[in-house]
Amino acid sequence: MHNSTEEYLEAIYNLTRDGKAASTSEISKRLNISAASVTEMFKKLAGEDYISYSPYHGVTLTNKGSALGKKMARKHRLLERFLFDNLKIGKDKVHNEACAMEHTLSDEAERALCLSLKYPDRCPDDEKMIPPCDLDFATCQECREWNKGNFEELQKRKKEVIPLLELKASREATIAFIRGGKGMLQRLCDMGLTPGTKIRVSRIAPLKGPVEINIRGSKLALGNRVAGNIFVEAPDKIEQEERKG
Amino acid sequence: MKDTSISTDIRDTAGVIGNDNDGRLTLALVGNVNVGKSTIFNQLTGLVQETGNWGGKTVELKEGTLSHHGLQIDVVDLPGIYSFATYSVEEQATQEYILTQKPDVIINVVDATSLERNLFFTLQLREMGLPVVLGINYNDIARKKNIRVDTNLLQEILGVPVVDTIAIKGIGVHELVDAALEFLDEPVNNTSRLKYGIEVENRIDKLLELLNNGLSEMPSRWQAIQLLEGKNPALSADDKEMSAIVMTAEKLAGELVSMHGEDISTIIAAERYALAASITEKVISRKEAARKLSDIMDNIMLHPIFGYFIFFLTLAAILIVVSLFGEWVTGVIEGFFESIKPEIAGTAMDIFWNGGVIGFYAALIVAIGFILPFFLILSWLSESGYLPRIAFLMDRPCHTIGLHGMSSIPLIMGLGCNVPACMACRVMQNKRDRLIATFLTTMVPCAARTSIVLGLVGAFIGWQWAVGILFFQFLLIYVIGLILNKMMPSTSPGIIMEIPEYRWPSLKNVWRQAWFRFKEFLIIGVPLIVIGSVIIETMNVYNWLDYLTDILSPLTVSWLGLPAFTGVLLIFGILRKEANLALLFSFAGGAAITTIMTPLQMVVFTIVILIYIPCISTIAVLLKETGLKSTTLMVLAEIGLAILIGGIAYRLLGLFL
Repeated sequence: MHNSTEEYLEAIYNLTRDGKAASTSEISKRLNISAASVTEMFKKLAGEDYISYSPYHGVTLTNKGSALGKKMARKHRLLERFLFDNLKIGKDKVHNEACAMEHTLSDEAERALCLSLKYPDRCPDDEKMIPPCDLDFATCQECREWNKGNFEELQKRKKEVIPLLELKASREATIAFIRGGKGMLQRLCDMGLTPGTKIRVSRIAPLKGPVEINIRGSKLALGNRVAGNIFVEAPDKIEQEERKG
Repeated sequence: MKDTSISTDIRDTAGVIGNDNDGRLTLALVGNVNVGKSTIFNQLTGLVQETGNWGGKTVELKEGTLSHHGLQIDVVDLPGIYSFATYSVEEQATQEYILTQKPDVIINVVDATSLERNLFFTLQLREMGLPVVLGINYNDIARKKNIRVDTNLLQEILGVPVVDTIAIKGIGVHELVDAALEFLDEPVNNTSRLKYGIEVENRIDKLLELLNNGLSEMPSRWQAIQLLEGKNPALSADDKEMSAIVMTAEKLAGELVSMHGEDISTIIAAERYALAASITEKVISRKEAARKLSDIMDNIMLHPIFGYFIFFLTLAAILIVVSLFGEWVTGVIEGFFESIKPEIAGTAMDIFWNGGVIGFYAALIVAIGFILPFFLILSWLSESGYLPRIAFLMDRPCHTIGLHGMSSIPLIMGLGCNVPACMACRVMQNKRDRLIATFLTTMVPCAARTSIVLGLVGAFIGWQWAVGILFFQFLLIYVIGLILNKMMPSTSPGIIMEIPEYRWPSLKNVWRQAWFRFKEFLIIGVPLIVIGSVIIETMNVYNWLDYLTDILSPLTVSWLGLPAFTGVLLIFGILRKEANLALLFSFAGGAAITTIMTPLQMVVFTIVILIYIPCISTIAVLLKETGLKSTTLMVLAEIGLAILIGGIAYRLLGLFL
């Protein structure tokens, strides 16, 4: 059952955003499946190296599982955006529609959908962030202008990226990807935020407030949403553990 | 003047067509926001204007004349700009000025403490081949941070004159003008050392070659780079040769894109930054800096709890200081005039004293006691660098009404005077944001209106009522923001704003800035109030006032429960808000205002005055900034609101007062 693997990974991805493990009961509640079946599925997923599962501690995603879970969350939210913006389907209905469609959406169609929707960053129903794509582009403009060869020839990103907002304060990282339209990208580049530049977050105001960064020897304030669309290379695994701990 | 012809030549080599004003030289000050352009401008021209310290304080280009060794030179101060790929209305103004007005020399002011970002813009100026002289400012702050700039080397690399300045102390300012004049005599315009990466550079050369062969117009690096970026404003569609060049440019750009794996605009920006970074690396020597005071201060000022606490404390302190000072000034001035008050006998004497003299000293009380301290405090704050911190703190709260932090700056400035505050809304990039912020700004009680709250309600009823009314006004602004946000949903992504270093303001600058605005109150406001006061007293003496007040009485007396004479005040108040309090004093004829108004009437009157209509100067600015339709709507909305809320307040507050 491929579909259910995707459903599970997407649910675990969403539940582990805060860095904590997801429990059997949370998943059972979310997917409306009995706890016994969930435990059964966990064993299967662990066997396929998608998750690491230890009874009583819950589950976390492996790199392989995380990539697929993130992809499903992305397809789901892109579809919601499309259903809501273009087809004018009600906010209360888009979730279920998208759930059914996400498994048949190919990666190529996912990219085309993202381009035609102009690189959306939030889904319509709960304003959750749409994860970035896994293609090796530094900006959306570059993706838009890419027009040679087949989709299959496109490179995948070599390093995982995380939004600037998830970077631990006072840690330095390299800008890997900027999501957004031409105007926003141009402005960010003009202010010194070009891909490949080192950036340091010095302060994140609470309650989705603005972010203060240091770049090229000066201080800038970025709105929370702007900072959410700037992605940096994820720190190494050890640091990630530290971040979660 | 021999310079003119030379300067025209320079412009031609630059590929920009020369202008021609009456032979007078024009120097334009350009650069990023917060680099001290305005301070240099003040030093040069002695003409006083705003020299704020936050993103985009210099809202209009200011012109002044400098007399330098017997030479009359026009100096223009342009709004801050980060890039020629403009973003805000302000930046557009600067770009347009440079491209169409063609100043003889551009003085590019850069901040020594963040040279890399500043040079990004300098490189664009150099690409355009414009006549540039570089002024490196904030050398004093740079020294404190252990940063030293090698001016000679920078001059060599950039190929233009470079001058060290500490604008706030006037150091190096006149040397900048000398350098500009020397430049005109002997143009230095060497871009040979300003090269980008070899891949990009080769392609620029190819385009330059084509442009040379194909067109009579002088080519420039700028044009070639614009073509690479796929931007070409000067292209006519039927020009075959040109469209061939455009196709070549597209092809060359495509090669770069596949090589770098980035889109072309990003590649060009990255190239410029790479060059700016390498120049910075070469010319700056930096010792390990100690933890900066600015960072330590920000840990408190931007703290999620203490930060807001300090902000509200600051606002409260401003109100308390102004109201105590105002009370003291009122006592002193009133006491003095009471002590010289002659025996009032006869109509002429009545008009002279109760109209003219009382009008005069009442106007002085409002101006000196309330407006001047407000302006001093606000200009001190904006010089210190605190305003961008307020924008940072208020960003989140502003999001609830679909605006972002930047809009809190005009709102704070509005506490002084709505006129420059409405103009300050131009820093916002989005049209919808600008419109909403401008509307809300006109609702902010300016110093003149606050003088009524403090001088009338605060002085005669109690400070709790004054604070209550101000609080209500801010709540009203917020609610209107919520309503407007529902009507026009937000599309703006958020702030991208520079946070400058804190600076201890020079008192001279603070005084000059406050005086610049205050002067207008003295020169225009005071005489107008005296004249108004004399007219009203005359009408009063001959019992003509009744005709005027009768017309308005259904509104003032029946609906708002105010004394009939307030109708006259409301009309005069459209001209100048401070007239309201001053004229009230003269209506009372030297007696306490409590003899002509009940506490309830004072409160209702004050509420109406706060909301009812922007003053005539603000309306003029609104017309210019937002157009006739929006202005009419705003004015009508405010009049309607004032009448509605005033009437409700009269009926509701009657239970307490």
